[in-house]
Amino acid sequence: MLSRSAPSQRGFFGQALQAAFNSQLMHRLTYPHGPNRFIELFDPTAISDETVGTISAIEHPTERSVRVHIRPNSRWEGFLAGQYVELAVEIDGRRQRRMFSPAQSQHAGGTLEFTMAVNPDGVLTRHLKSAARVGDRVILGTAAGEFHLPRVRPEQLVLISAGSGITPVLSMLRTLVDERYLGTVHFIHYCRSADDALYAPLLARLETALPGLRIHTIHTRSGGAHFNAEQLQSLVPSYSRAQTFVCGPAALLDATRNLFAEQAISGRLHQEAFALAQASADDSAEGELRFQRSGLQATNNGTTLLEQAEAAGLTPEFGCRMGVCFACSCTKTSGRVRDLRTGELSGDGEQDIQICVSAPVGSVSLDI
Amino acid sequence: MSQLDTHLNSLSAEQFEQIGADFDAIRRRVINDLGERDATYIRTVVKRQRQFEVAGRVMMMVPPTWPLGIASLGLSKILDNMEIGHNVMHGQYDWMGDPSLNSRNFDWDSADTADNWKATHNFEHHTYTNVVDRDHDIGYGLLRMSEDQPWEPRFLLNLPLTALLHVFFQHLVAVQNLKLEDYLIYGTKSREQVSEEFKPVWKKMKKQLAKDYVFFPLIAGPLAPMVFLGNAGANLIRNVWACSVIFNGHFPEDVEQFDESVIENETRGQWYVRQLLGSANFEGSKLMHLMSGNLSYQIEHHLFPDIPACRYAELAPQVQAICARNDLPYHSGPFWKQALSTWKRIAKLSLPGRRKTSPAKAKRETVSHTELPLAA
Repeated sequence: MLSRSAPSQRGFFGQALQAAFNSQLMHRLTYPHGPNRFIELFDPTAISDETVGTISAIEHPTERSVRVHIRPNSRWEGFLAGQYVELAVEIDGRRQRRMFSPAQSQHAGGTLEFTMAVNPDGVLTRHLKSAARVGDRVILGTAAGEFHLPRVRPEQLVLISAGSGITPVLSMLRTLVDERYLGTVHFIHYCRSADDALYAPLLARLETALPGLRIHTIHTRSGGAHFNAEQLQSLVPSYSRAQTFVCGPAALLDATRNLFAEQAISGRLHQEAFALAQASADDSAEGELRFQRSGLQATNNGTTLLEQAEAAGLTPEFGCRMGVCFACSCTKTSGRVRDLRTGELSGDGEQDIQICVSAPVGSVSLDI
Repeated sequence: MSQLDTHLNSLSAEQFEQIGADFDAIRRRVINDLGERDATYIRTVVKRQRQFEVAGRVMMMVPPTWPLGIASLGLSKILDNMEIGHNVMHGQYDWMGDPSLNSRNFDWDSADTADNWKATHNFEHHTYTNVVDRDHDIGYGLLRMSEDQPWEPRFLLNLPLTALLHVFFQHLVAVQNLKLEDYLIYGTKSREQVSEEFKPVWKKMKKQLAKDYVFFPLIAGPLAPMVFLGNAGANLIRNVWACSVIFNGHFPEDVEQFDESVIENETRGQWYVRQLLGSANFEGSKLMHLMSGNLSYQIEHHLFPDIPACRYAELAPQVQAICARNDLPYHSGPFWKQALSTWKRIAKLSLPGRRKTSPAKAKRETVSHTELPLAA
């Protein structure tokens, strides 16, 4: 069993209270809403159907980044170093959901630490930077992702990151430090300049934390080169024998993927993407439709998602077929759609839509 | 029903298109404005509802506060069913992304299942509003509420049956989907079919009954009968109030009903106008609006069912302006006046009789020198 960080514990009285509140009798007395909807009247974090966290601290490592510490409720089950967690914050009445990787060791209890670069067009990161306050409520998803350290720690590791992609690999490093890792680990981090470094003081402290640790910070705007084969060769001559974890923008991922493929060691490379979604504002009927739950795909022909789902052989629920009754409401997980009633183009993120009045613009994934 | 009897025929195709665009514009403006204010509002209403529920349950078990308990619990059920349940299940707060306020998940303190309600109300009633033979809310299969419903001897009982509907509203709405009249009166449905359809209804109904009439009384020990009666009282308060509000919304005498032919090739503009002509508002204080789940703004609700009901008050003047521009009626009046008119309709329709002249036809007959254009 891979160890995870310890969940916050409730005292005995708290646990007894929680058990009483979730008993059969309580369910019958609070039907149909359930005990949680009443528990939250008294303690909003004590509910059992969502993992609720509270912001316990907000820091500003650089001008264009923010660090948020979140204390989860007892439902939090921990994470494996390198995994990501979906954070949901209500902004202007709407829940905005994004994925972020906790940056601390997976063995550290207490609060979760998230450091994010502020996206100038982003809703959530801008909110966390300027409007969020200590005490604000955040809903946490379950930690997920295949990008994490193997259960048996390899003897040689290379952790490469650029910009805010540092968080998952930093989590890995701090986990190894907690485990008094005896192997060799090279931590290579690219950022534009010292002013953009998200974890300079911490990395300085960690330099001597492990016998086999070497930290290389490369400032790409002050003479340091972007990732290339010669550079890696000089920093880590034996990299072909190590397991390498890379997190950063597309350019870094492409470069590492190509190099490892050339060296025929692709199996030793593990990657995580940290890119902004590309939006397509193209109006022509193009793209692929993915009906995720049924595993079906279809080429977009521009008609409503309801019609195209039916043409693909699915039978989604529907009612009025004119956008009034909400019977056909589904979750669009990605892609843009046009509301045929208003002509408006949606965002390209996850949101609920009425498929009878939504026509895909480009590729769309639907959770049906 | 004659095609000449409705205001639908007083407008040209161009007018319908303009009306459609005007209402669409109102809708767009409000939707873009939705945000923290609306989220805070619904959260506050939900909080109060839960508080009234807890307080009501507790006070119900203490003899001196028993009457307060009934009032508090009745109030909590009204808030849960009307301002919260009905509106949340319309998808009015889906944009928030909060699973506890999402139309797909929400269930309410009523014997009716969320699925059945959404099918009968969101779909049938809101799509076929006031179209005779399509909108089951015209009479619920129990009453004669339209001149175009053929008279049957059982409708002599219109008045007492309406009273019965008010008293047992929670449970009669729960079986509305079953269309029991097809089994009991018209013989077009078999006992097996009814039985099958009743299964999911009973699954919920029994939990609702157990909660109010078994478990809460049991907890009170020797005071069980008092709690039992008190809970019945709270349910009665909610039933009578909800039924009255709903009846006021579509049955005052000047509200129009429509023939099935109007929904063939109905344009968006025509849909809006049918919703307008087929609904009625009632006036009152802010508290009245809240208690009615803002169904006091039935017209605005039917024009914009998926817009948070707390916004209807600010939309009303804009809707009235569109009516004035197009010479369309805006049915509104004090609560008691709408209720009286509704009961008059119920009384009149319990007897067989000739179809009355509709307001549109009456207007046409008095303004004989002006030729009104027929709908395209």
